[in-house]
Amino acid sequence: MRLLLGSLYTFVIAAAIGLGSTWFALTRGAGFDTLRIGAWTARPKTGTADIDPYARAAIARSGALPVSLGDGVVFVAARDDQGHPLDGRCDAVIGGNTPAARYFTLTLYEPDGKLVANSLDRQGFTSEELVRNQDGSFTVTVAPRARPGNWLPSGGVERYILVLRFYDTSVGIATRAEREAPMPAIKSAGACP
Amino acid sequence: MRWLLWTLAGILLGGIVHLATILVLPRTASQDAYTRLSPITPVNAMTPLPRPTPGKALLPYMDPAFAVAVCRYDLANGPMRLTAPVSQAYTSVTFYTRLGVAYYGINDRAAGRRTIELYLMTTPQHDAMPEEADVTAADRLIIESPTTTGLIVLRALSPEPGLMPMAQASVNGARCATQAQ
Repeated sequence: MRLLLGSLYTFVIAAAIGLGSTWFALTRGAGFDTLRIGAWTARPKTGTADIDPYARAAIARSGALPVSLGDGVVFVAARDDQGHPLDGRCDAVIGGNTPAARYFTLTLYEPDGKLVANSLDRQGFTSEELVRNQDGSFTVTVAPRARPGNWLPSGGVERYILVLRFYDTSVGIATRAEREAPMPAIKSAGACP
Repeated sequence: MRWLLWTLAGILLGGIVHLATILVLPRTASQDAYTRLSPITPVNAMTPLPRPTPGKALLPYMDPAFAVAVCRYDLANGPMRLTAPVSQAYTSVTFYTRLGVAYYGINDRAAGRRTIELYLMTTPQHDAMPEEADVTAADRLIIESPTTTGLIVLRALSPEPGLMPMAQASVNGARCATQAQ
């Protein structure tokens, strides 16, 4: 009886810890080769045959096809530079420079990978579309209501993520620091409900 | 003391469960990219995908600035030849295994011609190629697929919304077909 109770207890703990940690790793994202620059994270190895088991499980679960390293590198931000989650009901200003790449695209998604609906039918910018400052840097404002300049409508969603994809770039597995890959800052601005 | 041991055993077993689920999950996923694309993509033919919209997207995290076409391949009947015209802006070809691992990717600059021309085959098929064919094939790009089935994804960038028809026309001109050995 004692053995039965004991092993039952062990199995419950094993299931809770095992499945819980799997769920946590897949939904929160865990990785061995994560490159962090400011608010942005990238996992260049996810686009290669050397993809780690966690990323492999995560893409199988979500159904996404990762951008291969021969194509480009993907940076994701779910929070601003202060660590606050990005909220579509507030304004966020993305400004600065980007690493050298033939093209880049900045796209706004809901956390599950859906595009965000809005009246303008604009979900992102390509590097060609952005209006630049005189020094070549750019500023994009993500906001629920129209803003001057590069306005990316947030559609008023509660949470969103920003995805910056660099195509044909030297940024990759060897990139370690901001010096090699300057990334734009993300600052929350203005009033928030 | 006894309960502490049971707990320790539980934690250890939990770690094993965690690793096992992570490793097994890709093989059991019912909603991976290959499965999602299967209903609309015939085998060994290039199929343009509809543009992702907020209401409807075949796959999550698709880049809306790209026109995309997919070739769901099966190399059982022989190697495959892929040709794709290079668009004005930027074109890339990515090869995925059945389980969604991007094992090879190339862009138009690396491919370096007006048309991207690639040959895809399994390792045994590559080994079976006659020697002289390999020599004349020196300027042909041969890619070895680690799996018999998988996906080839062709992407063409539309740098601004008005150029999307150009990008779509470019991916529509791509072909993938099995080659007689």
